Amino acid sequence: MEFNSNKAIYLQIADTVCDKILAGELKPEDRIPSVREYGATIGVNPNTVMRTYEKLTAEGVIYNKRGIGYFISPDAKEIVLENNRKEFMEVELPAFLRKMELLGLDPDELLSKSNLII
Amino acid sequence: MIEIRDLAFSYGNNLVLKGITTTLEEGKIYGLLGENGVGKTTLLTLLCGLKRVQAGTIRTDGENPFDRSASLLEKQYYLPDEVAPVNMKAGTFAKEQGIFRKGYDHGKFLKLMEEFETDPSWKMSHMSAGQLKKTYLSFALACNCKYLFLDEPTNGLDIPSKAQFRNAILKYTSDDSTIVISTHQVRDLENIIDPVIILDRRDVLLNASLQEIEEKLFFDYGTELHHESLYSEQLPGGFIQVYPNTEGKESKTDIEALFNATHAHKELIKGMFKK
Repeated sequence: MEFNSNKAIYLQIADTVCDKILAGELKPEDRIPSVREYGATIGVNPNTVMRTYEKLTAEGVIYNKRGIGYFISPDAKEIVLENNRKEFMEVELPAFLRKMELLGLDPDELLSKSNLII
Repeated sequence: MIEIRDLAFSYGNNLVLKGITTTLEEGKIYGLLGENGVGKTTLLTLLCGLKRVQAGTIRTDGENPFDRSASLLEKQYYLPDEVAPVNMKAGTFAKEQGIFRKGYDHGKFLKLMEEFETDPSWKMSHMSAGQLKKTYLSFALACNCKYLFLDEPTNGLDIPSKAQFRNAILKYTSDDSTIVISTHQVRDLENIIDPVIILDRRDVLLNASLQEIEEKLFFDYGTELHHESLYSEQLPGGFIQVYPNTEGKESKTDIEALFNATHAHKELIKGMFKK
């Protein structure tokens, strides 16, 4: 697995799991691999994968059935969408707008161009 | 669990380890880092009972490794940096050595050799350094030991073997094993070692999990230097720098930068991580 240089690995793994949920590759009640299995597949320490699973459990994206493993929550997709929208509005959009300002681009002009693409 | 208390060891008048106190827990893969000559290999040989401590104690599940009791020996395996190119076929060697080890699984050895793309019918004395290392690594993992001490295991491995090694370590060890890997090749092992131990001359500067490290230190890949920066290094796109994480931000540990920051500010880092 290729990792981005500056984001904590456990968050990058969380992003991967969330992307799979959004893409429909992981569906509600699907079992996800154990921390050790998943760690071995992507070449990452099981402790790191455990941190990912703890974070996703706290967010309600996955849940733990004692002694059986981790499963995708019934409303995982809604939770991931909500989190990603929030991140987009709070982090990505402001950065995007700052960049536009730096480049001297006008939002209206961009919108008219994006209409052309759509 | 391995408990090390006030350990000291010297070669003649050359005092190598002194006042070493630390604990190694189950289910962890420790990265043992340190400059050349700080005593990493010495520490590993003390842990597996090949040398006797001159002061202090080591207790592995309550036993002194130097007593070399059968009950402890069967639980541990030490793989040195340099291994013997014996005049035998790898498969025969493993089978004959495996007889002396309670947990040895020859099927697992063959499977590991296959994953490492090394043929067990080759004579070890005719193997390249990397192939020989992979044979010993396969044997070490096939012994199913609770304690595994690996000295520079990725030395001599080619590029694909390094990924195979990482996957094998994660796949073929059990949840309750304690693995200690001494290495200078931190880039090879960055994602599999946690916690990190940084050994210095006569001191342990750090023994902390990545989570603890990332809570206390921030690894910044930016373009502006921070005024509290403990260490910084110029990269093509800016800097990698390390400074105290006062705002509770998330970042990814860069072990090389951590090592260099620790060496530049020994007492500060030691104080930060004191338990």
